[in-house]
Amino acid sequence: MPLLLEPSPTTIKEEKLYREMGLTDEEFAMIEKILGRLPNYTETGIFSVMWSEHCSYKNSKPVLKKFPTEGKHVLQGPGEGAGIVDIGDGLAVAFKIESHNHPSAIEPYQGAATGVGGIIRDVFSMGARPIALLNSLRFGELTSPRVKYLLEHVVAGIAGYGNCVGIPTVGGEVQFDPAYEGNPLVNAMCVGIIRHEDIQRGIASGVGNTVMYVGAKTGRDGIHGATFASEELTEQSEEKRPAVQVGDPFMEKLLLEACLEVVKSDALIGMQDMGAAGLTSSSAEMASKGGFGIEMNLDLVPQRETGMTPYEMMLSESQERMLLVVQQGREQEIYDLFAKYGLEAKAIGKVTDDKMLRLYFRGEVVAEIPVDALAKDAPVYFKPSKEPAYYREFQAMEPYIPVVTNYEETLLALLAQPTIASKEWVYQQYDYMVRTNTVVAPGSDAAVVRIRGTNKALAMTTDCNSRYIYLDPETGGKIAVAEAARNVVCSGAKPLAITDCLNFGNPEKPGIFWQLEKAVDGMSAACRALGTPVISGNVSLYNETNGEAIYPTPVVGMVGLVEDIRHITTQAFQQAGDLIYVIGEAKQEFGGSELQKLLEGRIFGKAPAIDLATEAKRQRELLAAIQAGVVASAHDIAEGGFAVALAECVMSTDGLGAKVTVDGDMTVQLFSETQSRFIVSVKKEDRETFEQLVDAMLIGEVTNDGMLLVEKGDGEVVIRLSAAQMRNVWKGAIPCLLKSKD
Amino acid sequence: MKFAVIVFPGSHCDVDMYHAIADELGEEAEYVWHDAANLDRFDAILLPGGFSYGDYLRSGAIARFSNVMNAVQKAADEGKPILGVCNGFQILLEAGLLPGAMRRNNSLKFICRPVSLKVENNETMFTSAYKQGEVITIPIAHGEGNYYCDEQTLKRLMENRQIVFRYHGENPNGSLDGIAGIVNEKGNVLGMMPHPERAVDPLLGSADGLRLFQSIVKYWRETHAVTA
Repeated sequence: MPLLLEPSPTTIKEEKLYREMGLTDEEFAMIEKILGRLPNYTETGIFSVMWSEHCSYKNSKPVLKKFPTEGKHVLQGPGEGAGIVDIGDGLAVAFKIESHNHPSAIEPYQGAATGVGGIIRDVFSMGARPIALLNSLRFGELTSPRVKYLLEHVVAGIAGYGNCVGIPTVGGEVQFDPAYEGNPLVNAMCVGIIRHEDIQRGIASGVGNTVMYVGAKTGRDGIHGATFASEELTEQSEEKRPAVQVGDPFMEKLLLEACLEVVKSDALIGMQDMGAAGLTSSSAEMASKGGFGIEMNLDLVPQRETGMTPYEMMLSESQERMLLVVQQGREQEIYDLFAKYGLEAKAIGKVTDDKMLRLYFRGEVVAEIPVDALAKDAPVYFKPSKEPAYYREFQAMEPYIPVVTNYEETLLALLAQPTIASKEWVYQQYDYMVRTNTVVAPGSDAAVVRIRGTNKALAMTTDCNSRYIYLDPETGGKIAVAEAARNVVCSGAKPLAITDCLNFGNPEKPGIFWQLEKAVDGMSAACRALGTPVISGNVSLYNETNGEAIYPTPVVGMVGLVEDIRHITTQAFQQAGDLIYVIGEAKQEFGGSELQKLLEGRIFGKAPAIDLATEAKRQRELLAAIQAGVVASAHDIAEGGFAVALAECVMSTDGLGAKVTVDGDMTVQLFSETQSRFIVSVKKEDRETFEQLVDAMLIGEVTNDGMLLVEKGDGEVVIRLSAAQMRNVWKGAIPCLLKSKD
Repeated sequence: MKFAVIVFPGSHCDVDMYHAIADELGEEAEYVWHDAANLDRFDAILLPGGFSYGDYLRSGAIARFSNVMNAVQKAADEGKPILGVCNGFQILLEAGLLPGAMRRNNSLKFICRPVSLKVENNETMFTSAYKQGEVITIPIAHGEGNYYCDEQTLKRLMENRQIVFRYHGENPNGSLDGIAGIVNEKGNVLGMMPHPERAVDPLLGSADGLRLFQSIVKYWRETHAVTA
């Protein structure tokens, strides 16, 4: 059965050609044993993509098992296109985050665009209507021309795709650090709404039922994308540019509308996106999950190019394709439905009872593999883990004590740090309003999207301070989840669940694997303490360039439920005369802080501590006060500390200011990044109720003069800056860096 | 009053337009698929924003060949109110129902944000509920909203008071003479880049767009004897 020009099974074995596809000698031996014979070229390719880290999670599975994934509101946990959580009224929210790091590193526009496309398909493959997109981006410092190019094109790619499909991009985060210079991170999250009865799963079942292909035709693009995503980037990676797919958002929009219509039909058995490893993963996974087999005739696969081989068709990652299983005899209904959108649905195979993936091409069997061997029985590795030396050094250091002489200049310098500076330049390129449900647009703590036809809304955010995680993965992992929850709570929502995108270096290095383990431990602890199970996620390992790993970056995407749209709260102060409170005390904690980075040019020492019981209590109290209607604005204190947070509360208003009094060590009070803290404003008449509900300290008042004024108890002025001056620096920083020529 | 919301493959502000009419304005709205041949049963036609046919080739360049555009032309000839927003405006330009053309924003970037608009002519069927010269806030969201026409056309547009909205303050896309929206000579076809259907609910930031739709209803009531 070998095809002309393809290496024979014996050649593949003798010349160890499987190694080029990412398989190890041991894995190849396993394949030989599973099949009871040597695999041919197509089969070797199929195994190599399905056993790549990207598809099989073979290195991360034992770690991922530690995540709490259950809760009484969880309708679908990890393992499907997206996780699903009940939000009452027969409605549920489906969401997931996914990485597209490697493609974006070498072809930023298409890499980012197709990342967005993939995550949208994951959500609508569940039957959910996508209502919002978010993204979490990491780049090197905005001083190099390469980084500027990556930022410009990644943002344009996200905009080009999301805007065209008509799903608002409502939030996210962008951070800059030299650790991401060669390996930027592009994580995209999609949130969808679904009625309980419409939930679909990627399952093939019922012998004789028809396997159907819909969407774009298969081309030679993206072959071995999943394998490429599971390797380190090197100077030769540029040569893999052809492994990056090209997106067609118009096709996606048609496919989205057609698939959401097909979900309403009881002729549909299951549906899955042809994502990483395309036709191979969707067919093998659907069959394995359903406990059935699938056979397909590859001659029937719609092809964009002539002369494609089974190997190419099975490994192509052409975008905007879906695999459906539909009831035998009802194919015509499905054809008609897709035809309305100008799409061709095509029967290419059927469900069998022998749990085999069997492929025919020109009348011959060209692959025959047990589906479970490709999906649920893929190899799992328990990688060695070792506490790295850097961690011990950091832990042994004396606390870092920064020296600040001019508080005003320091605050302005912090506001101009790209990680803190306004991301308006980015989010103005995204249509964040389409579908007219965006109540809180990008720029506040979390985005809030109302659910039409109800009084409810969803708050959503992505968060991860990877500096803390680098310094101390366990503590940093806790903080990532806690900060996401703080953002959601500040918006007036109860945190529901998280999705995560675990971006790490090469797991074969014990120090990197240790980071992964510890970060997951920390995240799991925080998820338990805050009642937010992990319902979906993605792992992106091998984020290294020429042997240098990124900071461990487990991005947390969180969704919360606003029970009543009247609870929606933002960080902006609301009116002069309101009282300003701070929740939580600042301590001498500067390890990994923006101030440390600003003053020292690097980070070191211990990450800020976090006590999850305190965190949970403060979040509970604040949410109760918001729901009681006695909170005018709420903002969490994050990067840059109290002064930056207070400045943000002022800058997001139209002409309001603040006058506050603080005592103690001014550097600590203003810039420490001690966790679990908030700035809240309260109407005077609500003072008593608020103070009964929340343990907070009154520090000042909202004013109407557009000035940020910080004084000591004895009246000495520490900071006196106009909102206009701060806003100029804060909004101007990123456009200014992008314009400057090196 | 019955509004048609035309849906091209790739339209996506159709939903927003529909809800603006049905939920906020309280009038009847119906989605009409792009292959419809007849729009006679509708009193007004709305061409929503989005990326019809992916905006491949040029914004609106493919959509204008849709079957429904013949019916839109007929409705325009009959004097029915026709509103094209964003991609809808681009389609009206491509179809020749309005003069001029769109270029990419001068920043070469997509821009989404609320902008200030000045009502330059409140004596149209779309703007009677506004004050002359009033400044309103309506969002934009487009990559190709940089309106252009030749000098003669601009002169005619000004003489006939066809420029209905101009950007107030900063011009976000470089459009000629700050043009944000124009009507045809007859005054029954309005094309505008800003999205009035996104500004109909104070919860989302502005309700300034609602009066545009109210103006259409007012015009229709005045020109049709109410018999029901």
